[in-house]
Amino acid sequence: MKLAIEVRGVTKRFGTLQALDRVDLAIAEGEFFALLGPNGAGKTTLISILAGLSRADDGEARVMGYDVTVDYREARRSLGVVPQELVFDPFFTVRETLRIQSGYFGLRRNDAWIDEIIDNLDLGAKADTNMRSLSGGMKRRVLVAQALVHRPPVIILDEPTAGVDVELRQGLWDFVRRLNRDGHTIVLTTHYLQEAETLCNRVAMLKQGRVVALDTTRNLLAGVSGTHLRLRLSPDRLPHALLPMLVRQDGAEWVLAIHRHAQITEVLLALRDDGIEVVELQLQQPDLEEAFVSIVGGG
Amino acid sequence: MTGFRTLLYKELLRFWKVAFQTIGAPILTALLYLLVFSHVLEDRVQVYPGVPYTAFLIPGLAMMSLLQNAFANSSSSLIQSKITGNIIFILLPPLSHGEFYWAYVVAAVVRGLAVGFGVYCINFVTVALPVLHPLWALAFALFGGAILGSMGLIAGIWAEKFDQLAGFQNFVIVPLTFLSGVFYSIHSLPPFWQAVSHLNPFFYMIDGFRFGFFGESDVAPVVSLGVVVACFAALSLVALQMIRSGYKLRH
Repeated sequence: MKLAIEVRGVTKRFGTLQALDRVDLAIAEGEFFALLGPNGAGKTTLISILAGLSRADDGEARVMGYDVTVDYREARRSLGVVPQELVFDPFFTVRETLRIQSGYFGLRRNDAWIDEIIDNLDLGAKADTNMRSLSGGMKRRVLVAQALVHRPPVIILDEPTAGVDVELRQGLWDFVRRLNRDGHTIVLTTHYLQEAETLCNRVAMLKQGRVVALDTTRNLLAGVSGTHLRLRLSPDRLPHALLPMLVRQDGAEWVLAIHRHAQITEVLLALRDDGIEVVELQLQQPDLEEAFVSIVGGG
Repeated sequence: MTGFRTLLYKELLRFWKVAFQTIGAPILTALLYLLVFSHVLEDRVQVYPGVPYTAFLIPGLAMMSLLQNAFANSSSSLIQSKITGNIIFILLPPLSHGEFYWAYVVAAVVRGLAVGFGVYCINFVTVALPVLHPLWALAFALFGGAILGSMGLIAGIWAEKFDQLAGFQNFVIVPLTFLSGVFYSIHSLPPFWQAVSHLNPFFYMIDGFRFGFFGESDVAPVVSLGVVVACFAALSLVALQMIRSGYKLRH
């Protein structure tokens, strides 16, 4: 199994802030991988190190086997990055931007592929429009296009759907899925955990610069304690007997963990015995958000 | 090479798209200097025998504009890219350190030459200007532009805010170009200020450039060229080292 990304003992400090603390990570070729964590966990720093935008204080990072500092040219050729911030060059049109980006990677006569990306990202109508005149969503599409212009085997998308409408999000994911099927390795950071859950086969969770979980999405979901029963009660209190099942309180909602559906009857009986009325009841399957909250602890 | 060519093309396109500001405006400024100074001094000052003051002034103004605009090109491009964040498009690709350096410097030289040539063309409507040694003039124009392009690159990488860059430009570049003998021969200065002028590398650029036109100069052109080439070599080493180390570019 060839590794698309390999990070060993990577440490990075900004002043007194330990942004990354001996991070190890191996992502195989062809994976669809999610990098999750609260703000400030070190996701973007890790991506920056892989992309050569930042330099690690210690440890080593490789992309497709190329060290990001020693073989920086090969490593960068192998990597496409969609940055988190909405940046653009106001002097150029969409097509100029993509041609120029293509040239930076040493590619001339890349128009057929540029046209294909433009089509796939629905940029056709705006291809000759100046970047300044595009909406935020359109600019985001151009950023994605720029990252793909040199057909990199590894693609990192740092919050690509932040502030993007549903339609683009769907189109973008269809396109990225296709790239993944064609053999591209995809690494994704996102705040929409549902996206990570449906798209990614493996997940790493970062907290305060450390990897706190690294597993397949399926295993992480299995690790979450059973199904959740969400209840709104009147009066708003939980009988003593049910306290051992309590996971947490979400505002006015009591979240209980149940392992067998028969437990629902037990809960309802205990409530009735205490004279508590059920205002609302919801059964929730475990999702990545639950896993995230239980591992990373909110934040 | 494609990487270098593309970055160069992008840098050229960048100033070309706003040529009115980047080429037209500095030519107009130089023309205004020329009108005012030649009107006031034409009958009072003669620096070289037989050379009218207006003719003396044109090469100096052309070189001053060339130098200032070469500096402005690389420095403003970099600081804008850094502040808007689009520098990332240049940092992510596999451009070599040399490609990065030369693309910015060559673009700066081209803009400098375009402005300088525009100022030079004023002579066609004002006063006949000889060009006795065009190759000398060209050599100084190229090296002068490359020096200022490199300085612009260094300042653009170093500066974090527009004011820092403006400070560098207003307190270093403008005084050094103004006090380099554009408007006078340093032989007209008291001995102390003559000696100080010899410490200003811009003096050698202007003086050598002017030699290309009149075949006369304050310092032998070979000496000036030596100083200019040495300055260029030193500055390119500094700039390349900054790019290689990722100073203020890669954190």
